[in-house]
Amino acid sequence: MRITINGTAREVAARTLAEALSEADLTGRIATALNGTFVPAALRETTPIHDGDAIEALAPMQGG
Amino acid sequence: MPVFYGTEIESPLMLGTAGYPSPKVLADAFARSGAEIATVSLRREAGGGQDFWSLIQSLGVRLLPNTAGCHGAREAVTTAQMAREVFGTDWIKLEVIGHTDTLQPDVFGLLEAARILAAEGFKVFPYCTEDLTVCERLLDAGCHVLMPWGAPIGSGLGLNNPHGLRALRAAFPDVPLVVDAGIGLPSHAAAAMEMGYDAVLLNSAVARAGDPAAMAAAMSDAIRAGRAAYLADPMERTDMAIPSTPVIGRAFL
Repeated sequence: MRITINGTAREVAARTLAEALSEADLTGRIATALNGTFVPAALRETTPIHDGDAIEALAPMQGG
Repeated sequence: MPVFYGTEIESPLMLGTAGYPSPKVLADAFARSGAEIATVSLRREAGGGQDFWSLIQSLGVRLLPNTAGCHGAREAVTTAQMAREVFGTDWIKLEVIGHTDTLQPDVFGLLEAARILAAEGFKVFPYCTEDLTVCERLLDAGCHVLMPWGAPIGSGLGLNNPHGLRALRAAFPDVPLVVDAGIGLPSHAAAAMEMGYDAVLLNSAVARAGDPAAMAAAMSDAIRAGRAAYLADPMERTDMAIPSTPVIGRAFL
């Protein structure tokens, strides 16, 4: 199916949020949101994804 | 010394982590600043996030994640929730931006987000204006700290409305107040502290200085001097001169 991860569209075989992150090599200290809603790390493995979904995977960054 | 949500902080200088020429310069600036609180943010993972995480952990400071760049309450709330998980803190510097050129807070969105986040157990540090009514509403919404701007973010203009900032200090004598944004020089930071502000949050003034570590040290000194001056109870100002040398005993020549 076709989803968007951090603004980039990609074809994935993943069925869950955790699998999609793994396919995109997004590991380490990140936080995730699915279609604008926060998904806690503990729920990634049981959160299904669907065609057209938008995932955001955010990491620590410099800030003021 | 400032107390934020029950946590006593030794240094009234809060320092941002953005815009330094290198990680080493950032670390040096923090060491010279004495700052115990560092602001951080969240951005799309593009490879650098994990290194930055290691760097900020090595600083040994308390983290204050921000919601910088959010233009609506919903976006800010989601960012705050994500920040709580990544940084392991319920402290959040809540920014809801209303205007692109001035980065002026959208105080309506800010209030809405503050109410939601406070109910979810966040300890909200709202980036706000010095408007008394807005500040009162933020306190009602569950904020126990207020962070009015001195001037637009990154402008270095200093305290644009000293009368308003002084009025805010007088209106809320028991609320921790932080001047956040707009500081360009140590004298600006000192002025905020002389007014009785509990802390100053700055970033660009240090990061964009020619020698960030030296500027961090200068800011630290200025803030300490400003705080000491406030506690020393400054003299009252007058419009006319008052001779300091005794008038009695003056010779007739």
